[in-house]
Amino acid sequence: MEHGSYQDQSKATFSLTDEDHTLANSLRFTLNQDPRVTFCGYSIPHPSDARVNIRVQTTGDPASEVLKDSCQDLMLMCQHVRSTFDQAVIDFKNQKILEAMDIKL
Amino acid sequence: MSSLESNTEADSDLTPKIPVWELPDVPKGNLSPHLQLQRTRVVCNKEAPTNTENVQYSGAYAAMGVDNSLGLGEFRKRFRVEVIRLTEGDMEFDLIGIDASLANAFRRILIAELPTMAIEKVLIANNTSVIQDEVLAHRLGLIPLQVDPRLFEYMSENDIPNEKNTIVFKLHAQCEKGGSRSTVKTDELKWLPNGSELLLATENMASNEASKPKTYTSFTCSQDSLPEFSKNPIAPKHPDIIIAKLGPGQEIELEAHAVKGMGKTHAKWSPVATAWYRMLPEVVLLQEVEGNKAEELVKKCPVKVFDIEDICKGVKRAAVARPRDCTLCRECIRGDDWEKFVALQRIKDHFIFTIESTGALPPEVLFTEAVKILEDKCERVITELS
Ligand code: SF4
Repeated sequence: MEHGSYQDQSKATFSLTDEDHTLANSLRFTLNQDPRVTFCGYSIPHPSDARVNIRVQTTGDPASEVLKDSCQDLMLMCQHVRSTFDQAVIDFKNQKILEAMDIKL
Repeated sequence: MSSLESNTEADSDLTPKIPVWELPDVPKGNLSPHLQLQRTRVVCNKEAPTNTENVQYSGAYAAMGVDNSLGLGEFRKRFRVEVIRLTEGDMEFDLIGIDASLANAFRRILIAELPTMAIEKVLIANNTSVIQDEVLAHRLGLIPLQVDPRLFEYMSENDIPNEKNTIVFKLHAQCEKGGSRSTVKTDELKWLPNGSELLLATENMASNEASKPKTYTSFTCSQDSLPEFSKNPIAPKHPDIIIAKLGPGQEIELEAHAVKGMGKTHAKWSPVATAWYRMLPEVVLLQEVEGNKAEELVKKCPVKVFDIEDICKGVKRAAVARPRDCTLCRECIRGDDWEKFVALQRIKDHFIFTIESTGALPPEVLFTEAVKILEDKCERVITELS
């Protein structure tokens, strides 16, 4: 859910349900890395409702677009983490197999 | 009036307007060493660590002509994973070139948002042991089950338990009268692939004698006929966890229903015993430490981070040999002016990640699943925004 004004779309607060620090803090990181963002931060209004508010202020682009791009960035980063990790695990296992064979020889 | 106009025209002719995107790039500066240190290291001083926060804002060093943003291309170039240890139950690996917010997101998801199967409902038919029903049920809930949760669905409040969302176990243990005391362990939990065997109480038993008697679950087929379970039957991960102890003549008869859930509902659904990370310690010798002082330094460190190397003519010099083992106990900078010789730091974007699985899934699968969950969260936000 987005709270903002129609006149100025470059500032908005996004209220995400069923999310917590896990997503909000990662998004704050990717948002901060975007040069279009002048300010961003998040808060959890009350610990017993599952909701975070993410505030985004930009240099002019619509805040929702910038947030969407950040999500996209975060997703691509995750995909890269996953593929790198999988490759590292495969390499490690192969190396272990090679080492085991060396011992037998 | 006209002369003025011509004047300004002449001015603009002298300095032709260049669109901003055609201007040459501002030369990229370098951060001065102390700022670079502040940005990339946590410095552990004698009293307290400093520079613990991460500078995330992309324009933080704009005044120095340094771009602090981490583009995707740059991230891809810098990010590395190194597996240190990988066994069936746990793994240790290094995540290099990633921000703490992401490493922490993975950790949080591993602990609280990865689903597993755990015993949720216990139907107790008989319990004459000294351990109370509710305590027994709680103990059963905490038993790790060796089953892939991805093969099951969540059961919501109004769902009827079926073969896709429930696993049923039976436990019937008895201690002989006049014998000695016995111990009930997890290997006595027997998987019931056909679902519950306890009959549901109906109003008039006689009327529906012809139809199949109703039980607490309604399985349409046996779980062991499914290809994924026929080869590896579902059982607790460890056969030797003690559930209860029985005295002579005591008996426990119960049925346990396991469902899918997440660690944030109850810790029994957490797929990891622990998942944690620490930043890579870095021990720097600011000056040469030689002779007796070197030996003193080696002796100071309880985990043997330092070694002595012999340089020519038998002069002994301390060297940092195993910085990874450093626990940051700060013993080496205690007393006198040791802080002038040794600096203790942590590298902010190098994480030593450890995952201990409870057994449902191997640790490397857990991590990839955790990353997938973060991706799903992003996707949800994207679809909600568009
Ligand atoms: S902080 Fe402790 S563990 Fe680390 S080098 Fe110093 S004495 Fe050794």
